[in-house]
Amino acid sequence: MKYESPKTTKEAAQLLAKAKGEARVLAGGTDLLVQMKSGAVEPDLLVDIKRIKATQEIKKKDGAFEIGASVPGMALRDHKALSKAWPGVVEAANLIGSDQVQGRCTMAGNLCNASPAADSVPALVAAKAKAKVVGPDGRRTVPVEKIPTGPGSTSLKKGEIIESISLPKRPARSGDAYLRFIPRTEMDIAVCSAGVNLTLSPSGVIKDARVAVGAVAPTVVLANKAAKAIIGTKLDDEALAKLAKEVEKVCSPIDDKRGTIEFRTEVAGVLARRAAKIAYERAGGK
Amino acid sequence: MSSVTVSTTVNGDAVQFVCPADEPLLDVLRNRLGLTGAKEGCGTGDCGACSVTVDGTLVCSCLVLGAEVEGREVETVEGMADGDELHPLQRKFIEHAALQCGICTPGFLIAAQALLEHNPDPTEKEVRYALAGNLCRCTGYDKIVKAVLDAGKEMRKAKSSKKR
Repeated sequence: MKYESPKTTKEAAQLLAKAKGEARVLAGGTDLLVQMKSGAVEPDLLVDIKRIKATQEIKKKDGAFEIGASVPGMALRDHKALSKAWPGVVEAANLIGSDQVQGRCTMAGNLCNASPAADSVPALVAAKAKAKVVGPDGRRTVPVEKIPTGPGSTSLKKGEIIESISLPKRPARSGDAYLRFIPRTEMDIAVCSAGVNLTLSPSGVIKDARVAVGAVAPTVVLANKAAKAIIGTKLDDEALAKLAKEVEKVCSPIDDKRGTIEFRTEVAGVLARRAAKIAYERAGGK
Repeated sequence: MSSVTVSTTVNGDAVQFVCPADEPLLDVLRNRLGLTGAKEGCGTGDCGACSVTVDGTLVCSCLVLGAEVEGREVETVEGMADGDELHPLQRKFIEHAALQCGICTPGFLIAAQALLEHNPDPTEKEVRYALAGNLCRCTGYDKIVKAVLDAGKEMRKAKSSKKR
């Protein structure tokens, strides 16, 4: 195996594109190095992107944030403006692993590892985040929900890497939240999860919303009908009940010892309701 | 497997080593640099026994490649004491008997040091959350948490008396 640490994203993309055999991007390595250790992945080339400046920074421009692909969870937590604008996204990313893992793990890696239970992904999908993808033939911008295509697989082509993830400008009276169910208090993988992002009118009516659920399907699911159920409401009990019902409809989870199909489906609806309430409060709704 | 030559700083000392490209930093520290404080518990980032800091950030050295630390600053438990004088955390771990077999202790010390640098006055809950990435199979954590809180107290006192 060869190890490379290029200085630019373009160089990294070229290394990956012309690699013979298995090539992998290394950012935080909290998934990849474990997979290598177990023998699940045996790369011939590792391209470490942490020396690329464009992947290292959190930039704020015109109210939008651009988060580099090698920015670890701890740096998200320490970024005050980002935590204030997108508390749900930051909390979701910070739920991953221990402080040791937070020193390394990245949201771009969480997205590309393509686990349906990835904690930061439902929050990113709800936030309408976009991935800036760099490949040997140039750049493209992709909604984050289009990146994972199933457990462990992505839509990225050979040679393509995510350079950064962008979060759009926040309209006034907006809030987001992410909740997951785990049988422990922390250090666990989501049995099911929900992210909600919404914006209110001056009178407190929800005028825009996005709802995404995790660990209840092969990929994180953007639940458009669930969002529609709360748009135009003040999140009354009826709207919340409809939200949960619409969330349940998009769930097609696996059945295992960590949670049955029935359990995951019902709890995903409950989490969506609770996350919606938190997001509503954060947006200034009463 | 191709080899990499790495120049880095470990506990303030300039160090050079050659290792296979896929060798974890933990193995470099233990087998090439003779620093056996960091321990391998799980090798998958779950137990924290191999905790070190890289450029001041707490990490599991089993989940970092040796190749990655070129030009970085690595701190291990061997660098905690000031000569013969133990770090307050090390002293408090002894005073509170916050260890039994000792395998997890270097990792706990490094993680606790990282916590107190970031948050010099943590609550008990904050200590427990910050150390959730370190597993101990002997003590039951209570004495460890008490030792960290006590060390924090002493370090704050020492800092404020220095200011005066």
